[in-house]
Amino acid sequence: MSVLVYTESENGDFKKTAFEVASYAKGIADMMGTSVTAIAVNGGDTASLGNYGVDKVLNVTNSTLDNFNAEGYASVIAQAAKSEGATVVVVSQSANAKYLAPLLSVSLEAGYASNVVGLPKSTAPFNVKRTAFTNKAFNYTDITTDIKIVGLGKNAYGLKETSGAAVTEDFSVQLDVQGVTVASVDKATDKVSIADAEIVVSAGRGLKGPENWGMIEEMADILGAATACSKPVSDLGWRPHGEHVGQTGKPVASNLYIAIGISGAIQHLAGINSSKVKVVINNDPEAPFFKAADYGIVGDAFDIVPELNEKLKAFKAANS
Amino acid sequence: MKILVCISHVPDTTSKINFTEGDTKFDTNGVQFVINPNDEFGLTRAMWFKEKQGASVDVVNVGGPETEPTLRKALAIGADSAIRINTTALDGYQVAKELAKVAKEGSYDLVIAGRESIDYNGGMVPGMLAGLTGANFVNTCISLEVEGTTATATREIDGGKETVNTSLPLVIGGQKGLVEESDLRIPNMRGIMMARKKPLTVLEPSGATTETVTASFEKPAPKGAVKLVDSVDQLINLLHNEAKAI
Ligand SMILES: Cc1cc2nc3c(=O)[nH]c(=O)nc-3n(C[C@H](O)[C@H](O)[C@H](O)COP(=O)(O)OP(=O)(O)OC[C@H]3O[C@@H](n4cnc5c(N)ncnc54)[C@H](O)[C@@H]3O)c2cc1C
Ligand SMILES: Nc1ncnc2c1ncn2[C@@H]1O[C@H](COP(=O)(O)O)[C@@H](O)[C@H]1O
Repeated sequence: MSVLVYTESENGDFKKTAFEVASYAKGIADMMGTSVTAIAVNGGDTASLGNYGVDKVLNVTNSTLDNFNAEGYASVIAQAAKSEGATVVVVSQSANAKYLAPLLSVSLEAGYASNVVGLPKSTAPFNVKRTAFTNKAFNYTDITTDIKIVGLGKNAYGLKETSGAAVTEDFSVQLDVQGVTVASVDKATDKVSIADAEIVVSAGRGLKGPENWGMIEEMADILGAATACSKPVSDLGWRPHGEHVGQTGKPVASNLYIAIGISGAIQHLAGINSSKVKVVINNDPEAPFFKAADYGIVGDAFDIVPELNEKLKAFKAANS
Repeated sequence: MKILVCISHVPDTTSKINFTEGDTKFDTNGVQFVINPNDEFGLTRAMWFKEKQGASVDVVNVGGPETEPTLRKALAIGADSAIRINTTALDGYQVAKELAKVAKEGSYDLVIAGRESIDYNGGMVPGMLAGLTGANFVNTCISLEVEGTTATATREIDGGKETVNTSLPLVIGGQKGLVEESDLRIPNMRGIMMARKKPLTVLEPSGATTETVTASFEKPAPKGAVKLVDSVDQLINLLHNEAKAI
């Protein structure tokens, strides 16, 4: 018996969410009086997982797994779960983890709860709190199967450092021929993705046209943030579809969300409610976004944003 | 090509969410139900395969009689026939298992589902359905072409997109991008009239079991009032010292 956690890496480095899911797995393992095993595919500094409560790392090195493949990765995690006799499997809610989790659920005959926001309320029954209705509510779900799969929402638990040591073992796996193969990947390597970003700078129709996004990108650069937009902005083709956030777009669970010239329609807010701190800049004091925000400035984005960028630059220079 | 489009029947995006029976049931009072937005993109892409490649398009829902207006809407948009599996949807696994039976027995080549339903946001049914039927699976699918039995799809990944090659039978978890927003169809009078005559078959469930149970619901705690600031300096100061966000 143990808690198994899938720790994702990119270009040989563990992602920050890997340390978060590891911390969370340790929290569950403590509740259940057991240990934590991590499964890593082509992982990097596996010993670093020890700082977040992992006791043992199963590291798979296999060149057929260089590109992410949901079927292959789900099979790797299933094989690790079986070899460890894991009763709980923890994954993140990255696009890849969301892709493989239902496949893993079928192969392990394990119930899966997605978008979980904290430690189980109890482990017998195994009851977790998750978001539902696109952040408009929570539900408490019992997972009733022998093995349980938990998908932990980003920033829902945070990092918990401990002083531990993780032993690494090579883990060899059997893989079938894959039914889906990657032909090409188109990913901006110089930009932070909305999924990974700690700060998201987002703008709406208040910006009038695509030509005015220079100052938004500048702010994102200064803050090391990802850029996002409201739905009409991507429908109008001002920004790529991948930037659309909200109920029907991407969810945002960043630490800071800055909304510029966005009215705050219910469908937009639904997607960003999991962000911790929300700032709104809007020239209409009646804009609904002010009711959902933590900090606000009433004013014209075309005056405020350039000034904010200058001051942020100075702040960054003084504080780094 | 035989296409099955899975339609989940969800509260309209503007719905206020409330619960009854001691916070154990979703309160459907006054709630307008619609085709799940992700499924609407998938259905519209299916219509393209029908019109350009002669595919047949059936729609399916696991749910009680109250979901029939949603299925009729899908017929009015252009699907050929509808299937309703007559049981309350309880969890992703039970729904996937019921759908898998229909997908297998109907020998569908392509099953189009949505990335997630906007009600329970499970994001599980398409993947489980693929796992249960042994079909290939592409999630967060934003474009799809089929030629004979081979398919090329693009899927959204964190920070970009990826093109993949695969083959039928295939299940996709679709979303916006499969077609443009402006290509979505509003049923017209003729479509609505024709939909009345199209077959809507009610199947009894196979009695699939669940793996999870929703015990109760809770609404988020009310938010404190916004702090309005007059200057950019003040904002930076608060974000740094109070919110610790920069
Ligand atoms: C089925 C459905 C699903 C939807 N899903 C989503 C979704 O996922 N995400 C989403 O975002 N929307 C979604 N919407 C759309 C949503 O209802 C709103 O229409 C949309 O969010 C509005 O975008 P906006 O705030 O950019 O534009 P607007 O509503 O036009 O607001 C622009 C704002 O900018 C302000 N402004 C104007 N000029 C300035 C200036 N110079 N300086 C500062 N502020 C200024 C205005 O006061 C206003 O508040 C959905 C709608 C439907 C029907
Ligand atoms: N009750 C249902 N009947 C038919 N299809 C469904 C049902 N529930 C979910 N689906 C399909 O599965 C997708 C993802 O749903 P979910 O896993 O619930 O987030 C939806 O977009 C639908 O295509």
